[in-house]
Amino acid sequence: MENTIVKAENYNSYFGDNHVVKDVNISINKNEVIAVMGPSGCGKTTFLRGINRMHELIPGATSKGKILLDGQNVYDLNAIYVRAKIGMVFQRPNPFPNLSIYENVVAGYLLNGIKVSKADKDAIVEKSLTSAALWKEVKDSLHKKGTFLSGGQQQRLCIARAIAMQPDLILFDEPTSALDPISTSSVEALFHELKANYTLIIVTHNMQQAARVSDRTAFFYMGELVEFDDTKQMFTAPKDQRTQNYITGRFS
Amino acid sequence: MIFKGIIIFFAFVITLPLIIILLYIIKQGVTQVNWHFLTHVPAPPGEKGGGIANALMGSFMMVLMASIVAIPVGMLTGIYLSENPNTKLAYYSGLCVDILQGVPSIVVGIVVYFWIVKPFGTFSAIAGSIALAIMMLPIIIRSTEQTLKLLPDSLKEAALSLGVPYHRVILKVIVPCGFAGILSGITLSIARVIGETAPLLFTALGNNFFSTTITKPMESLPHVIFTYATSPYDDWHDLAWGASFILLLFVLTLNIVTKVLTRKWKIQL
Repeated sequence: MENTIVKAENYNSYFGDNHVVKDVNISINKNEVIAVMGPSGCGKTTFLRGINRMHELIPGATSKGKILLDGQNVYDLNAIYVRAKIGMVFQRPNPFPNLSIYENVVAGYLLNGIKVSKADKDAIVEKSLTSAALWKEVKDSLHKKGTFLSGGQQQRLCIARAIAMQPDLILFDEPTSALDPISTSSVEALFHELKANYTLIIVTHNMQQAARVSDRTAFFYMGELVEFDDTKQMFTAPKDQRTQNYITGRFS
Repeated sequence: MIFKGIIIFFAFVITLPLIIILLYIIKQGVTQVNWHFLTHVPAPPGEKGGGIANALMGSFMMVLMASIVAIPVGMLTGIYLSENPNTKLAYYSGLCVDILQGVPSIVVGIVVYFWIVKPFGTFSAIAGSIALAIMMLPIIIRSTEQTLKLLPDSLKEAALSLGVPYHRVILKVIVPCGFAGILSGITLSIARVIGETAPLLFTALGNNFFSTTITKPMESLPHVIFTYATSPYDDWHDLAWGASFILLLFVLTLNIVTKVLTRKWKIQL
């Protein structure tokens, strides 16, 4: 399909002999918000980290199968290039503590040694922070350290940092699990706005969050992709018994 | 209550001699220090005056040369150990570092004597610097390793996920974030070796004259203290106190500078 941005074909991940992600086939469209949910240890984060090749950084971690990004298998591309193309936001906000807010946003350029003019940098910073709904709050303290911000602000700073690299796809690994409810809602509100320009894949083990923010939801269980459907459909009339059990809270 | 009293008593007992030693050195030494003392070489026996200019220069040069070798090597080893803690190489080099840390400094001196001084046929400042560098290495390696291990993995992941190559992640993120800790290790190692006499006794030897030739014997502060103090002349003993005071001043300043810098550059995670 024309509109596909990411496609997994028979994708498998391993930690040593431990088969964590089993034969996943999934196809994700542009400008979609995808929630990936499932109980702890079901392989959802591992799958996510396979998309931008972060999985292989863990000693003993391997993978098989294809992840196609715009039709190209990321495992045939340079890993550095793939990671630069795909944004990622982690469970805990992790701004660089040695850099200011401003430098954190353009960290992708700074750390890669990409020369950008001051004017361009200013523009990138303002645009990214605006997209991350943080500009108004920090525009007067851009040169303070990013770690002085609150947890929710830090997480939005990390989103701005990912956006600054102009990715098509942004991966979120349980982005609100370390945040308080108010920060969580500020980040969730952001997902709706980001959808216009980016494709988002959000791993979460919070079902309500999946229901609130996503267009389609993928349910992982024991390393398998059990069900992948419209979020509404999934939460009202799941096709698989295991999804049904999970949603109704029979196991978690 | 009694237990608490005992603890306070011993804390006091431990601190007291330390303060007495410090005060004594300052009292004995401070009167010796003047411009002449700092800018002149030792006078021949019987003559008045004489100073430690050669020793100051020698200590400075040898510590500098030792640092040039030990800082990059120590930091790189420390980075390796913190990045690859589970490899065989890390295990054995970590073990070597621990052993090296426990090797008496005179043994380091004798090893350098047989490896450098004997083959080249002369005592030299280079040999002295190598001995000092060996003494500095374990301190720098361990402090770098410990500092970097405390940094959360999430920091590295943040950089890697932006497509930053590994070497840049280390150089631009990990090392700058751990800089305060690494720096304190470096200054502590300098403070440690600047007062070392044993490894210099049969490497740099000592020199009564002003010399900046690194292939020739060179004087150093701890060694000038040793020669002055073991001499039979009273006015030389006074010079030894003066040199001790200067050495003490260096070590104290280094320690204070370390404390201030680590506090100032400490990165809030």
